[in-house]
Amino acid sequence: MHLSPDEIIYWQYGFLKLNATIVFTWAVMLILVLSAYLITRKLNKNLHRSRWQNGLEIVVITIMQQITAAGLRKPKQYMGFLGSLFLFIAMANLLTIFPHFEAPTGSLSTTIALALCVFISVPYYGIKNRGLKLYLLAYAEPTFFMLPFNIIGELSRTLALAVRLFGNMMSGTMIIAILLVISPLIFPVIMSILGLLTGMVQAYIFFVLASVYIAAASSVTKPSSLSLKTPKPDKTEET
Amino acid sequence: MDSLTLIAICSIITAGLTIGIGVLGPSLAEGSAVASALNALAQQPDASATITRTLFVGLAMIESTAIYCFVVSMIVLFSNPFWNYFIAQSGG
Repeated sequence: MHLSPDEIIYWQYGFLKLNATIVFTWAVMLILVLSAYLITRKLNKNLHRSRWQNGLEIVVITIMQQITAAGLRKPKQYMGFLGSLFLFIAMANLLTIFPHFEAPTGSLSTTIALALCVFISVPYYGIKNRGLKLYLLAYAEPTFFMLPFNIIGELSRTLALAVRLFGNMMSGTMIIAILLVISPLIFPVIMSILGLLTGMVQAYIFFVLASVYIAAASSVTKPSSLSLKTPKPDKTEET
Repeated sequence: MDSLTLIAICSIITAGLTIGIGVLGPSLAEGSAVASALNALAQQPDASATITRTLFVGLAMIESTAIYCFVVSMIVLFSNPFWNYFIAQSGG
């Protein structure tokens, strides 16, 4: 029984290893990039659109609505990062229905890499939208003594983001492996359906948490500076 | 008892305790979350989409605390650093 797909090694040449995580990450990337290329190759604005274009439009619009609901005003700016984060995790978790596919998100190295991307993108978008001074001042937000706690919180939520995704995916494969020993007939199927649901929910949670973190770091407007024309004041609703 | 046996006993007991105690809190929390979500659903059936989505996200966040315990117990059982260290020592 292996804990993560890092331990399955297909090819090794000295220091270089090609384990299952890398191979299946490449497979997911290939599927996403190829399908995006093939669908967007001939886009049209007519009434007769292809089925694939309609599907992709639904996906993109839904992601944009979710980003807006998380508190980010202009979702197009964040679409490239957050959207591909969601699509990658969701595709990696969905492809577990195929036999011999090991989800790359079930390896701690993948999830730590994804969480580090979020960790870096938070100050990037924060400085871009707010300016360096205002962004850094947010760390001393209630009082100056909260500075170390804010920094610790920033680090620990990155770790929690990584371990949450890893633990959920790893526990799914682990439970199926244990159940295959105990009752191999029907019960593992039910648990793998539950695993698919968990995978989608985890992808959504990762995406929503990343957008909430970015929104918290880059919200510029204060309630006093809002003009009267805007119908809805700064809503910080959590999804 | 040599150190390997001691480590094995300790890690098995610790893994069981970790998952057993660690599941207590999240299970109580999930129960109360579902109960209040059902209350809200009974009062406002129109908002069922929002409530259900928020409930799922909240449940997964609560569940992740139990999953941290599971990860720790799996590490203790299957890739225990002390175990590996003493195996390497005795193996030479």
